[in-house]
Amino acid sequence: MTAFHKMDEPDHRNRLDAMVQGVLGTGMDRPDGPEKVTGSATYAHDGQVAGMLHGVMVRATIAKGRLEHIDAQAVEALPGVRAVLHGDRFLRNPAQGTANEAPVQGSRDIAYLGQPVALVVADRFEQARHGAQSVTLRYSEESASVAPDAETAEVPDKKQSSAGDLAAAMDRAAFCVDAVYTTPGHNSAAMEPHAAIAAWEGDLLTVRASCQMLKYNVNELADALGVDPEHVRILSPFVGGGFGSKLGISPETVAAALAARALGQPVAVALSRQQVFEATMRRSETRQHIRLAADAEGRLTGIGHEALVSNLEGEDFSEPVTQATPFLYRGENRLIGHRISRVNRTCAGSVRAPGEAVGVTALEIAMDELATAAGIDPVDLRRRNIPERDPGEDRPFSSHMLRAALDDGAAAFGWENRPQGGARQGDWLAGCGMSSASRVNMIGKSSARVTLHPDGTALVETDMTDIGTGTYAILNQIAAEMLGLPPARVKVRLGDSDLPKSAGSGGSWGASSAGSSVFLACERIRQDIAERCGCDEGTLTLKDGMAIADNRARPLAQVLAGAPLQAEGEIDKGKTSEAVRQATFGAFFAEVAVNAVTGETRLRRMHGSFAAGRILNAKTARSQCLGGMTFGIGMALTEELIHDPRDGHIVNHDLAEYHLPVNADVPQLSVNLLEERDPWANPMQAKGIGELGICGAGACIVNAIHDATGIRVRHLPATLDKLLEGLDRLDDLG
Amino acid sequence: MRSFHYERAADTPDAVAACAAGATIIAGGTNLLDLMKREVVQPERLIDITRLDLRTIESAEGGLSIGALVSNSDLAAHRDVRRDWPVLAQALLSGASGQLRNKATTGGNLLQRTRCYYFQDSAMPCNKREPGSGCHALGGATRLHAILGGSDACIATHPSDMAVAMTMLDASLDIIGKDGASRRLRLRDFYRLPGDTPHIETVLQPGDLIAKVVLPPPAGGRQTYRKVRDRASYAFALVSVAARIELAEGRIADASLAFGGIAPRPWHDPAVDRLLVGEVPSAALFARVADVLLDGAAPQEGNAFKVPLLRRTLTATLNELCREIPQ
Repeated sequence: MTAFHKMDEPDHRNRLDAMVQGVLGTGMDRPDGPEKVTGSATYAHDGQVAGMLHGVMVRATIAKGRLEHIDAQAVEALPGVRAVLHGDRFLRNPAQGTANEAPVQGSRDIAYLGQPVALVVADRFEQARHGAQSVTLRYSEESASVAPDAETAEVPDKKQSSAGDLAAAMDRAAFCVDAVYTTPGHNSAAMEPHAAIAAWEGDLLTVRASCQMLKYNVNELADALGVDPEHVRILSPFVGGGFGSKLGISPETVAAALAARALGQPVAVALSRQQVFEATMRRSETRQHIRLAADAEGRLTGIGHEALVSNLEGEDFSEPVTQATPFLYRGENRLIGHRISRVNRTCAGSVRAPGEAVGVTALEIAMDELATAAGIDPVDLRRRNIPERDPGEDRPFSSHMLRAALDDGAAAFGWENRPQGGARQGDWLAGCGMSSASRVNMIGKSSARVTLHPDGTALVETDMTDIGTGTYAILNQIAAEMLGLPPARVKVRLGDSDLPKSAGSGGSWGASSAGSSVFLACERIRQDIAERCGCDEGTLTLKDGMAIADNRARPLAQVLAGAPLQAEGEIDKGKTSEAVRQATFGAFFAEVAVNAVTGETRLRRMHGSFAAGRILNAKTARSQCLGGMTFGIGMALTEELIHDPRDGHIVNHDLAEYHLPVNADVPQLSVNLLEERDPWANPMQAKGIGELGICGAGACIVNAIHDATGIRVRHLPATLDKLLEGLDRLDDLG
Repeated sequence: MRSFHYERAADTPDAVAACAAGATIIAGGTNLLDLMKREVVQPERLIDITRLDLRTIESAEGGLSIGALVSNSDLAAHRDVRRDWPVLAQALLSGASGQLRNKATTGGNLLQRTRCYYFQDSAMPCNKREPGSGCHALGGATRLHAILGGSDACIATHPSDMAVAMTMLDASLDIIGKDGASRRLRLRDFYRLPGDTPHIETVLQPGDLIAKVVLPPPAGGRQTYRKVRDRASYAFALVSVAARIELAEGRIADASLAFGGIAPRPWHDPAVDRLLVGEVPSAALFARVADVLLDGAAPQEGNAFKVPLLRRTLTATLNELCREIPQ
């Protein structure tokens, strides 16, 4: 019994607000919290099985060429080593998100330094690691392109667009900005490194892996192995952070499965931190040429946003830098450009809000420049440029909460009474900045099964994952709310590819998609209960395990009479994805102190106000925003993949030298979540909030640095060396 | 796996004998174990000295004697250190994390290896790791690297904060040699510049064991450690300055400075100290000091910013120490 719903029409019924259990939207603790903090939650590499072997991957040490020979014999002679494996089925790089098929395979052709080219399997991990470090590789090396090049970059037709005449608008503009911004590569840097344990029973493969999207990952893995997807099962009950890096199947999972098949024993493969940096996805560095034209009142008449990004040859993904530019602000003359340079660097893929994270950030620095040029308050400049309709596609917005977020954020931060920019305390200069946030909203096809047991407990099952986001909590809350059960009576099973197929975690669509499928299944169960109670579903009240209809309350157990009720819910995107522009919005505000001597920037406080439709769990939603803002701090101030200029390899491939913000970099952050219902999004009227907190976050900090010092940093991160010259000039001014 | 012998020294002669026979000392292991896992270093024999009686901090010769096994945490928290040598406590607390400082020892901190990206990656050429293989930092990523004291063979920096403060304080080491005799060496004479032999980092001889660090009697004036880095905590110094200035009647009566993050060893330039002594503090004086310090600086493209950064940080530090203290 499947309740299928396609989002072809807005759903104005707002059913969830009619429910009375009072669970949804509260800041309920994660049900899985105790397991995680006590260490009993089994992450991929924790599910170790008897007789398991260990594999460690071997990396290519050249940027481009052909692997001519692997000296396997010498390594296989080492104590404990079982085999040195390589071949046509090993992955060159991870699959891109939702690829649904294997990525480029084969150990022979080397496309970047760090590419996995072999697997050493041994009885013990230490033996395998030593084996991997002992392998001698012989190559025929070819000349590599290790840095992005605008001249030779591809210019895909589909990714260019224009309207009106931007050049003319720039000529006529009362105020304009024409500048180039750059952002460096980033790594997801999830706490849990990529790992897999593979075991075969006959033709059946079970893999415990760290994956975000099992529905796709099963097909990617099966395709890589050349087996029937029906024979592949993936278990990812707990995932220690994904941030995009676990969207597609990655090399260690395929390697573990191949090794387990070759050796007839379970094999575990975990990437080292260095391998995570080199062999999983990086965010492409970007070069962004932004042009803004405005009239005398600061109203935009033109926006140009042209991006150069990079990726390996043959990869379809390219950082969608300009994704939010077509709709965030008004302006009739528009130009979007997108070029992709083919480089021999670690594969580029989805990392923490691909597109908007870096694209909105650069655009919002440019908007700050425009505010400065026009002498208009930066918040007010944004208010003046909120479009009535999506200007890129001339269609309505499902909702546009930017103004509300700006107003709420400005009030919460105290924007009107902020300290004077450049105010000096000792060696420290104070400054404040703000920026807008925006992220496109999507859903994907997603299914879940809900079973209401006669004892008044419910089981929610889907292959959806919880990558630290709070899926276990919100699916519980949705079912508890719909079925009128205390959360303790709802159990959620996730992360097993044998369960109904969900959209998975990624693109901020997981909660909306998987949540809607749970909603639909519960709605169907409610209809069954209503039928048994002889009432309409709309008049049925379920609360605390009681079914209340026609002023009569009966325990659910009595209604069910010993037999469970089960339903599957399935949601899919429909015409509402095209008919309207769906997006989430927000606003960031920051106060920084910049050391006038050294150029060190210290964030003093940061606030974000966000609107993402219905908030399903106030605590986990807030945590998502805090995480996004923290990554925004990293993007603004510290994070940068450093590529060697000669071979392109990532030299700072560990957490000592790839500088994520540490506690001392993150001051008090505050988050306001705005009330909103978006009927175009899905029946829950909720939108994705996972990535919104990073989309533009870095800009408020960079803008605050400008407020403090007058120095405009256009090349992130704003490390101290980029401020020294400007500080010299400040010194001279005395 | 790569096997190695592990022994635990029962006493100092035991440890010295093992060292003389080629064993590598392990104490806190916060640096060595990481390097061994990645096969950056491949010792065949480890001698664990953590059971030796080298954990004492005591007054000695008017100064302070610090056992080589005293943890960074204990040393930073020691009452005498905080009172009389606050620069050392500051430097210690600016390094690593609480967990690492609990394990890391005084002797081990002095001997920690460079964070040069290319030294740390055994697939890359590195004269320090593999003599004669070349220096890949030259022409590569050099944010962490030296602007003073480097050579064509190596531009790696020494990463310790503690050692910079101790260099400024003119600490000495008590070293027990393979003959069992103890000798004393100034820390300022302990580290070697890379020259053609960057793999030889100190003057230690086979069989030598650092037993103690001895701080001279507390000197007058004010002292501070200023570390500039890429994030607020848990990052190595881009530049750091340990400084002590003693003022008398408006002039600098005594001065001692040492610098981190800029050279293959904690950097001390006697000419810098000499230039300050006897002078009235002024912007012009500090600019001259910076000129002398940076004379001969040979930055790379990726770390050229360290020249103005060091100049600015030095000036600010001297300004702070020479500022009139409000009574």
